[in-house]
Amino acid sequence: MNILVLIKLVPDLVEELTIDAGGTTLDMTWLRLIINELDDHAIEEAILLKERGEASVTIVAPDVEGVDDVLFTAAAKGADRLIKLTGNFTEQVNNHALARAFTSIIKDLNPDLVLTGVQAHDDLDGSVGPLVAGYMGMPYVGYVSRISLSSETATVHKEYPGGVIAVMEVKLPTVMGIQAAEQPPRYVAVSKVRQAMKTATIEERTVDELDLSGGVTVSRMFQPEISERATMIEGDEEQVSARLIEIFREAGVL
Amino acid sequence: MNQDIFVVIEHLRGQVSDISYIMLAAARALAQSQGGRVLGILLGHNAQGLAKNLAADQVLYLDHPSLADFTSDAYQRALASLITEQAPRAVFFGNTSIGADLASFLSAHLELPLLHACHSVTSEGKLISQICGGKIMTESDLANTMTLVTMIPGGFKSEEGQSEKPPEVTSMTTPALENLRVTLKEYIEPEVGDVDISKEPILIAVGRGIQNQDNIELAEGLAKALDGVVCASRPVVDQGWLPSTRLVGKSGKKVKPEIYLTLGISGAPEHIEGIVDSKLIIAINTDPSAPIFDVAQYGVEIDLFDLVEALTEKVGQAKG
Repeated sequence: MNILVLIKLVPDLVEELTIDAGGTTLDMTWLRLIINELDDHAIEEAILLKERGEASVTIVAPDVEGVDDVLFTAAAKGADRLIKLTGNFTEQVNNHALARAFTSIIKDLNPDLVLTGVQAHDDLDGSVGPLVAGYMGMPYVGYVSRISLSSETATVHKEYPGGVIAVMEVKLPTVMGIQAAEQPPRYVAVSKVRQAMKTATIEERTVDELDLSGGVTVSRMFQPEISERATMIEGDEEQVSARLIEIFREAGVL
Repeated sequence: MNQDIFVVIEHLRGQVSDISYIMLAAARALAQSQGGRVLGILLGHNAQGLAKNLAADQVLYLDHPSLADFTSDAYQRALASLITEQAPRAVFFGNTSIGADLASFLSAHLELPLLHACHSVTSEGKLISQICGGKIMTESDLANTMTLVTMIPGGFKSEEGQSEKPPEVTSMTTPALENLRVTLKEYIEPEVGDVDISKEPILIAVGRGIQNQDNIELAEGLAKALDGVVCASRPVVDQGWLPSTRLVGKSGKKVKPEIYLTLGISGAPEHIEGIVDSKLIIAINTDPSAPIFDVAQYGVEIDLFDLVEALTEKVGQAKG
């Protein structure tokens, strides 16, 4: 079983986001990029499937600042092969272009199963998984939180609101959008990542042209207007607690 | 291409989902500035009855046993042929477990542009999207060609997409749906938890800012003092720190407590979706730009670890 995990890096929302002078994109100058959290879940699910049976796991990521560390971390967790797509990924490349770039690798490697995070917080033109499935003509199921494999099918848990789960059977090869791995993404010690840097190699594949069609043109990007912002309670913890007690009393819960 | 706006009606186990009405409301707002009719697109089996309160000018209905319950392959095929034939101005999908399996796939498959995470529509017909966990908004026009749109809740009320007058329902031809590669086996009911958070009047909600499992105890202590219950946002449940029965938001429960007090929750749209019916929201978060402060009535920017202990003690004293 050949499993491909498609990942991308996204702005770390812990940092302050600023909009660039043009007013239509984020200012990337000081932005720290981290792995899309749900892609990390996709890696975890792939590693779990590998540990349960015969499977090899290949991770594919576009070449942006910080990607090597992310790929070596995946190797330290148990990924077998690392591929970096090189090209002009430094500009704000949309998901349609990224999905097309991933498609060329999929055609080369013929995986049985393609996993990716069901969405990313910076998606503005759809999500990578179903876009890839659409270009490949492969079946797609998203919001997946559990996968078991047989030689020709995957049986998956698909999440619906309110905790309802649909059990679906999907013919391989297929693309899955992961909402959550069966267990939290594992932690790897820095020493193990360092070791992976020495032993694992990152293969590079060049993407000559990025085709952005299918995205939409943003005419303005802005931070939400704070029309009804919360009344902030100032003071130290004693003062704030005292005010909260009053609020609890007004609300009739004390 | 004509000027009609399609809304793909979502339903799960015989119930039309709220997002369907929200999309109808958005489509009507868009039709007001751009012209065109609003058409509900209903796929199902013996499911015409689901159309009865949709605020649409007309409902196009596709009936097939394979469309009874949502499966991506059958729905994609049926919609691909309908959209190609009818060539509407825009097609709305929910950014949900159903719509998100369809919109991006069809965008790639049919080579149509897609605008994601639309939250509201301006009076000039511009679409406002909300990304980066609610911290960034974008404004876009529909593309010059037929455009697909995914919609998130927040900008419209579901009542705005409901009507007392049933719309005209027109049955359409369903394409052959053979050799489907995705099939539904069964539904698994949600776990029954020790408490039903959707019925609790006092909820202490913990998010990523709680940092680790041991700190959940702090929240439990405050909840106990207030006779409340602890619930959580998605990252906390994914870490296994609290069971999924305590999950609030898009994939968990919708809650409507008297008091919803959040500890270290940033307020991503997926979480906000589940808490908007709370009577009073009090948010504690050290990040002043956290979107949770836009929905909370009261906000506190000091460290939750400093505050919770003091507050728990004061609640204890107040109760005597």
